[in-house]
Amino acid sequence: MTDKTPILDIKNLTVDFETPTGPVHAVRGVDINVKRGETVAIVGESGSGKSQTMMAAMGLLASNGNTGGTVEYRGDNILGLPVRKLNKVRGAKITMIFQEPMTSLDPLYTIGRQLCEPMVMHGGLSWRAAEAKALDLLKLVNIPDPDRKIKAFPHEMSGGQRQRVMIAMALANDPDVLIADEPTTALDVTTQAQILELLADLQKRLGMAVVFITHDLGIVRRIADRVYVMKTGQVVEAGETGKLFSSPEHPYTRMLLDAEPTGSKAPVPTTQPLVLQAQKMEVEFALDSGLFKPQHILRAVDDVSFALRKGQTLGVVGESGSGKSTLGRAVLNLLPAKGRVVFNGSQISGKTRAQMQPLRRHLQLVFQDPFGSLSPRMTVGQIISEGLLVHEPGLSAKDRDLRACRALMEVSLDPAMRNRYPHEFSGGQRQRIAIARTMVLKPDVVVLDEPTSALDRTIQKQIVDLLKNLQRRYDLTYVFISHDLAVVRAMADTVMVMQRGKVVEAGSTEQIFDDPKSAYTRELIGAAMLTQQQAREIA
Amino acid sequence: MLRYVIGRLLTAIPTLFLIITISFFLIRIAPGGPFDLERPLEAKVMENLNKIYHLDEPLWMQYVLYLKNVAVLDFGPSFYLRDFSINELFAQSLPISIQLGTSALALALVVGGFMGVMAALRQNGPGDYSIMAAATLGVTIPNFVVAPVLTLILGVWLGWLPVGGWGGGAFVNKILPVVTLALPQIAVVARLTRGSMIEALRSNHVRTARAYGLSAYLVIVVHALRGAILPVVSYLGPAAAALLTGSVVVESIFGIPGIGRYFVQGALNRDYTLVMGTVVVVACFVIVFNLVVDLLYALLDPRVRYD
Repeated sequence: MTDKTPILDIKNLTVDFETPTGPVHAVRGVDINVKRGETVAIVGESGSGKSQTMMAAMGLLASNGNTGGTVEYRGDNILGLPVRKLNKVRGAKITMIFQEPMTSLDPLYTIGRQLCEPMVMHGGLSWRAAEAKALDLLKLVNIPDPDRKIKAFPHEMSGGQRQRVMIAMALANDPDVLIADEPTTALDVTTQAQILELLADLQKRLGMAVVFITHDLGIVRRIADRVYVMKTGQVVEAGETGKLFSSPEHPYTRMLLDAEPTGSKAPVPTTQPLVLQAQKMEVEFALDSGLFKPQHILRAVDDVSFALRKGQTLGVVGESGSGKSTLGRAVLNLLPAKGRVVFNGSQISGKTRAQMQPLRRHLQLVFQDPFGSLSPRMTVGQIISEGLLVHEPGLSAKDRDLRACRALMEVSLDPAMRNRYPHEFSGGQRQRIAIARTMVLKPDVVVLDEPTSALDRTIQKQIVDLLKNLQRRYDLTYVFISHDLAVVRAMADTVMVMQRGKVVEAGSTEQIFDDPKSAYTRELIGAAMLTQQQAREIA
Repeated sequence: MLRYVIGRLLTAIPTLFLIITISFFLIRIAPGGPFDLERPLEAKVMENLNKIYHLDEPLWMQYVLYLKNVAVLDFGPSFYLRDFSINELFAQSLPISIQLGTSALALALVVGGFMGVMAALRQNGPGDYSIMAAATLGVTIPNFVVAPVLTLILGVWLGWLPVGGWGGGAFVNKILPVVTLALPQIAVVARLTRGSMIEALRSNHVRTARAYGLSAYLVIVVHALRGAILPVVSYLGPAAAALLTGSVVVESIFGIPGIGRYFVQGALNRDYTLVMGTVVVVACFVIVFNLVVDLLYALLDPRVRYD
């Protein structure tokens, strides 16, 4: 299938952005080529220039972007072509699917119309013929009930379905090259697995070249023939997937590979006291309760119970909408919930705000979004010591400052940075600050709501290591909410799998991962771990 | 959809009722009456007039009487223009104001929309800056300055257009008032369109359209503009209600027999029925155009549904 001459050949590509603070060199001299029928992955962390490289090739840069070098498609340079000429290639012979399935389709038109547009435009088809072909394409990408869905609007479809529609659109004109820019990042693990399978299958059948941009090495292992590793706008290493994974040469590649979460947590002796118990937790939300509409009740958490000993970690796993975050908040009595929660022998469920207040310092929460959860108008020192104002009002300003410094050191940040504002920090650093904010209060229980999901793999590993160290040092009890099974496996003593508010399966981490009982758990693990099995095969 | 429209129109009835009630009593609180002239009328004459127009009855009776009449769409006789009923006055003048307003609105939408799109496509370039500067001028210069200047140049010096009058609705008579009425609207529409268009051009689905090599028309008009026009539509609803019910200034300057001047005349002369009539007409227009905006929204954006 693979042919020697590259179909898309990027040579010495540079991308610069003019900004008020001077030019930013996003891509600096990148050489990437793709041969017919080949899958090439471009790997790198956010900001490495991997997306901008392909955006530049497609002529989709923001208006302040400038390019240099050449992008050859079948030997002809397409970089910097006037739009009219470029449009003969893009959307027809080179197509692209994007990271954001929720917003990449026009909300105002049916998916049928959007599928037809490129076919009418490039293939010279009539609308009627295009519609017939669109229907075939929807069948090809396994959209259920295509006759009806072709008339549907994007908001009537799920994220996975929208991404399938995007794939259908990409295939409409029999492209030579399909560029996929993190197409599964915004999707749940099971959906991600389905989309990847679909892409691999379609490539096999249709024989186009695929350029896959991702930060997830698991995906690369699974689908790519060759890999380019990008860092700060340059390709630092390139090679065959198997070779690159078994003997990485560049230290950065090695670091990326090491960042895959491994290991498991040492068990906690059963002599440890029970810290947190939840019995028959239930949370309901009333939806659409209008004057004349019947009330629709969504049971976000339905009959969930668990018990945690001091120093244990409970991993709560599930796809988006499974109620895992709601459970985390309900356990801390931040949401009205039915059921009983016992913390250190005393019942906290049903307590009022005022009654909860003295207990709050023992029960802390770390959020998913490190950008939204820190006040942009407070210095880091203020953010960290704010809790002390409430819980230790007798502390002098100097002592508070000292505690903030100590907390910062604990999360491996320089205490000298406490007078800076959150926007001066990277995502990983901000998550450290959020952790320092909880640690300063010396809590017993911390609910971690997807604390690593918004971070790159290498940063993720550092945060996971930090959380593990803190747990060991202070005997912390964690409720670790995540959709990332690899991280949960490395962190948790016991795992609870949730689906639509209910616990599908619960047990020790080994039990769940080695011998999953329910079909849903098997599906989740299969979707997330397939990559690791393949890695073992390759190794 | 039909149910929604009927429901909305039904909820308009209590709204109108409230508006009528409040303004009925408000205008009565104002000192003076329709027959208080500089030289007081003879007591006997005054008594007769009050009797004819039911002004001698208790206020609540007058109120009930007025409500009964409005219910059958009879707005009563004018107290000041004594040969006409309010219905007759409106039948003559309202169509003229509506014509002027509709033309100005259409002009504003087409010209303003076009300018806004052009500015957005040349964002931060010289074209953008000059369009936006013109738009700022359009908003800041009041129409009682624009109107005489335009009349002076095009009517008096060049002699191309008549300086005033309705001329039985001749096209040349409409040009100046329509342009004057439209200028500030053009400016606002241009600014609004530019803002939402810039956002739309940056959106992910427009990037998709560009990535799929769609023509400039499809990218800009079909995919970007349709979404970008939504904020303009919500502005134009209330603006249309205001334009279609006439402009005091423009109608006075150009001597056009529209409904706009009745606002001032009615209020100054304590012509109770005329004031009430204009209030009801304006309220109806506002209610109807808000409904039209909501329906247009549903038409433009499939995510909005009224079922």
